[in-house]
Amino acid sequence: MTNHGAGRTLAEKVWDQHLVRKAEGSEPDLLYIDLHLVHEVTSPQAFDGLRLAGRTVRRPDLTLATEDHNVPTLDVLAPIADPVSRTQVETLRRNCAEFGVPLYPMNHAEQGIVHVVGPQLGLTQPGLTVVCGDSHTSTHGAFGALAFGIGTSEVEHVLATQTLPLNRFKTMAINVNSSDGTLRPGVTSKDVVLAMIAQIGTGGGQGYVLEYRGNVIENLSMEARMTICNMSIEAGARAGMIAPDDTTFAYLKGRDHAPSGAAWDEAVAAWRGLRTDDEAVFDAEIHIDADALTPFVTWGTNPGQGLPLSENVPDPARIIDENERVAAEKALTYMGLQAGTPLRKITVDTVFVGSCTNGRIEDLRAAAKILDGHKVADGVRMLVVPGSMRVRAQAEQEGLDKVFTAAGAEWRSAGCSMCLGMNPDQLAPGERSASTSNRNFEGRQGKGGRTHLVSPLVAAATAVRGTLSSPEDLR
Amino acid sequence: MEPFTTHTGIGVPLRRSNVDTDQIIPAVYLKRVTRTGFADGLFSAWRADESFVLNIEPFSRGSVLVAGPDFGTGSSREHAVWALMDYGFRVVISSRFADIFRGNSAKQGLIAAQVTQPDVELLWKLLENEPGTEVTVDLREKTVQAKDLTVGFEIDDYTRWRLLEGLDDIGLTLRHTDDIAAFEAGRPARLPVTTPVR
Repeated sequence: MTNHGAGRTLAEKVWDQHLVRKAEGSEPDLLYIDLHLVHEVTSPQAFDGLRLAGRTVRRPDLTLATEDHNVPTLDVLAPIADPVSRTQVETLRRNCAEFGVPLYPMNHAEQGIVHVVGPQLGLTQPGLTVVCGDSHTSTHGAFGALAFGIGTSEVEHVLATQTLPLNRFKTMAINVNSSDGTLRPGVTSKDVVLAMIAQIGTGGGQGYVLEYRGNVIENLSMEARMTICNMSIEAGARAGMIAPDDTTFAYLKGRDHAPSGAAWDEAVAAWRGLRTDDEAVFDAEIHIDADALTPFVTWGTNPGQGLPLSENVPDPARIIDENERVAAEKALTYMGLQAGTPLRKITVDTVFVGSCTNGRIEDLRAAAKILDGHKVADGVRMLVVPGSMRVRAQAEQEGLDKVFTAAGAEWRSAGCSMCLGMNPDQLAPGERSASTSNRNFEGRQGKGGRTHLVSPLVAAATAVRGTLSSPEDLR
Repeated sequence: MEPFTTHTGIGVPLRRSNVDTDQIIPAVYLKRVTRTGFADGLFSAWRADESFVLNIEPFSRGSVLVAGPDFGTGSSREHAVWALMDYGFRVVISSRFADIFRGNSAKQGLIAAQVTQPDVELLWKLLENEPGTEVTVDLREKTVQAKDLTVGFEIDDYTRWRLLEGLDDIGLTLRHTDDIAAFEAGRPARLPVTTPVR
């Protein structure tokens, strides 16, 4: 982050508040970490490292673990059938017990995807530094926290020291505005972020913290904001942030770990200062015209390869940049698509609603509303996987599970599930999905599987019609 | 970590951009609880194709990977670095690296050497025209050399120093334990702790 004068951006303010030690020479800054979230996949080697060096966890009270990546979403009361997955989950339990780290294991009422659990408990708060051995940690930036994914060596570093040596990021403003501050009907924050990634590319945010701003962002709910921040990493940015406001405070108030009484007032007063100063200058700035946004889907094998649903599969021959052309050719071959095919004509086998991107209660409500009174198309399988056990319980209380099962969808337990197919929820080779998750990489949802990233609305409409569709196609 | 100064090995041209970490090591391989034994998972989907570069002699014995822009995008999995190193790679050359991958590499002593895309193209041509060409990567001089071609690469000064010295990050930070304790003493009491409340 370069200092452009008197004003500071939101990211710079949070950074400065966490400086344990300021850089000297080429050394990185040393930043304090307020919240460290842990899961079973990227932590075993870190705990091993601590043991080998005879180190302890410095702040188990700032560390929280949950089981999400490997967990089955069916038969969750039985032991995990896959012995390797089971070992990994059991290793996390042993490590948490040995080092005193709180853990929400499978079947616990608070278990779920780590990026759903933190916010719903009220642990994710404005102005915090949040890390996790998972790239979608950027989700927590929706609260005005500086939150980013780290590798296993960094997980070990944070466990041992509660700090990280980091080089300053640059800052980029993503301005999202429309004439009246709303999105057009059928358009969601998922479409906003897919359009943003298509605009700047998978490397466009590399080295930056993104700050989402503008009247559209201000009018979004916390859950919609989380969807946007979640996918910052797909544009190459480690973190995405949104300045906290009354929407943020209303979401937090009364949650288990949110401050209360005088501490609440003190917190809100501090949080109100977490805004980019008017005179601050971003290192880069882009604009998205939300009036022009329509439902967006990906056609290729990286999240930047997306287009409005109304368009056709692109013709690689018309792409000028050689690297992008070759990438598009390879993507179409892998995806089994012909240039010029209308995206709406693409037939899917599976629809997945869930993940840390779109597995929250509002996402399930949106999908259920579309599905209500319809049936999932013949030959299509639809999986609905809540992001957490709390989301599952809430959905059942509202009767959403009944809507899903009546339509012919499968109602599952909480976890990462088919977003990355570490558990049995996978695509078969050649199978095609419309998925509310975050990555359409080759093989991401199962070896040979083909993924189209979509919003929960498009997912539900697609399940009904069997081809990529938006809710307006159901009328 | 072993100090790194120079490395010479067979260069492998990987004509791909956006090599994401799901390609480097698919999620099904991430269930192990060790740092080793990931070589079999490296590029496993692509290696099923016998024309893939790592299935061709002498590239299969390569240790310097030369790839297109946006290498290591996606997941934070450090397993990607472990898999590359387990296979025998010591250096990856690309015109742009994903931030988390670059950081993970630096922790493990895998050199992520950033060169311009035109230099990547020159290296690709050279390695394809003369398979088995050895590439020398000199961290002191920040150069990549193959046959008559020498190009400079970028790596941040601190990472370079740490790799040259073979220093462990945690050890370096623990020299500042007093600073950490002082910072902690000043943190507001209202900040959340993870201890379950019910």
